[in-house]
Amino acid sequence: MLELKNIQFAVHESNDSKEIIRHIDITVPDRSFTVITGPNGGGKSTLAKLVMGLEKPTGGQILFDGEDITNVSISERAKRKIGYAFQQPPRFKGLTIRKLLSLAHGSELSECMSCQYLSDVGLCAHDYLDREMDASLSGGEVKRIEIATLLARDLKLAIFDEPEAGIDLWSFAKLVDTFQNLRKYNMSILLISHQERIMQMADEIIVVEQGMVTKQGSREEILPQLLHEFDTICDKCL
Amino acid sequence: MEQTDKNLLKTIAGISGFQVGRAFNLRKDGQGVERHSTPNVKINPKTDKPGIDIIVAAHAQKESVHIPVILTQSGIKDMVYNDFYIGEGADVEIIAGCGIHNDGCDASQHDGIHTFYIGKNAHVTYIEKHYGEGDGNGARILNPTTVVHMEKNSTCEMMMSQIKGVDSTIRKTQMDLAAGAKMVIHEKLMTHGKQEAHSDVEVELNGKGASLQIISRSVAKDESRQVFHPKAIGNNDCRAHVQCDSIIMDQARVSSIPEISANHVDAEIIHEAAIGKINSDQLIKLQTFGLSESEAEAVIIDGFLK
Repeated sequence: MLELKNIQFAVHESNDSKEIIRHIDITVPDRSFTVITGPNGGGKSTLAKLVMGLEKPTGGQILFDGEDITNVSISERAKRKIGYAFQQPPRFKGLTIRKLLSLAHGSELSECMSCQYLSDVGLCAHDYLDREMDASLSGGEVKRIEIATLLARDLKLAIFDEPEAGIDLWSFAKLVDTFQNLRKYNMSILLISHQERIMQMADEIIVVEQGMVTKQGSREEILPQLLHEFDTICDKCL
Repeated sequence: MEQTDKNLLKTIAGISGFQVGRAFNLRKDGQGVERHSTPNVKINPKTDKPGIDIIVAAHAQKESVHIPVILTQSGIKDMVYNDFYIGEGADVEIIAGCGIHNDGCDASQHDGIHTFYIGKNAHVTYIEKHYGEGDGNGARILNPTTVVHMEKNSTCEMMMSQIKGVDSTIRKTQMDLAAGAKMVIHEKLMTHGKQEAHSDVEVELNGKGASLQIISRSVAKDESRQVFHPKAIGNNDCRAHVQCDSIIMDQARVSSIPEISANHVDAEIIHEAAIGKINSDQLIKLQTFGLSESEAEAVIIDGFLK
């Protein structure tokens, strides 16, 4: 279980301090699917980075399975079975997808298992295992390989930062199928998304705006409110 | 053979001694110490200067030649001329390379001048590894010169790498390609400490349909310095693509100076060059797999120079 307690994060610009996250409390139960949504610039991606340790909070506590991991490094969090999928996954010249999956797994991964993870994200393993994770891959392919690296890790908590960002509609439809597939893996999913189709898969939805949680509850409770708000905004624009 | 010799051979040529049924020449500390020819590959010592002639018979297929050089004495300066005559239609793999073990305080130096005459329709794969080791303060210096003359429709792939322990290297490569000849060069280099590496490559594409691809990847660490100067000259309807990628670290310095010239309206010549440090997202990505920062760095470099 992940618990964020009174998490704060501020950045210092010249003589000014800007609060990105203000007093956020969130609990992500085991084996749950939680979607964090909200307007751009509201602090969602920062929150994901704070959980993985890419940023350090300026206040508050992060607990994972009851242990305080606030000051624990990225690799130590990884060893506690927390994983993070980048919004813009980096590419590596010379590193094959086979090698990347083995690195994610922590040891040499069998061909059979590598194929399983790639097919779970909708890729044909034989076309990809020996390809390099370089600029020759499309944005959609890189996103799906990024997800496969998380599947290869036997995680307790997987964090996805806007997996739909920068991919076309065709790839997005496949991505939704991929996340449906992820339900069979026995892990908690914390996913940042703007997409209704992804929110429809969630157990719980959290809305983060201006660095604060403004709504939090079950999908059945929150999603209709969000859709109603969206319709109202659209009507005002007309 | 001593253990040091075996270790050097293993590193530079992937072998621990003579390969049964294959042509072989081992040069140690300025002397030829073991030599074997085969029916299709003759290795003859030169009579006018140090070195050997390697003659591969026309139409010989799947031949393999090992010609490693090792230096184990501190203070030795060795210069050798090796000429390769590859007969028409032959297919041969040549594994060269030089390993220096210097425990002394004097410089050990090997200058190898390799000249290739590749016949029509012949195919050559050339693998050359350079490596240095030892606890002494004496410099380990390697200055290879490679000259390649390619006849019509011949193909050649050269994989040249220098991964560790060579303090100073000046590499000079000159090539001329006839019609339909195809050359692919993979160059890999890693420097550390205060090492210096210079690489000048000049390729003249003289015949119609000649093609060249140069893929150079390097990593410069510590206070080392690297200078690359690949030059492709198109004198006919030909294609050339030169790609130089370098990772720079610490206080290292890297210069990449690709030069392309076209002397024919149908010559298509492209170069790409990039120098940059390791991307922080790459390091973080691997840390999210549980690797430490230094482990992540090693994985990135290994992959890049693979």
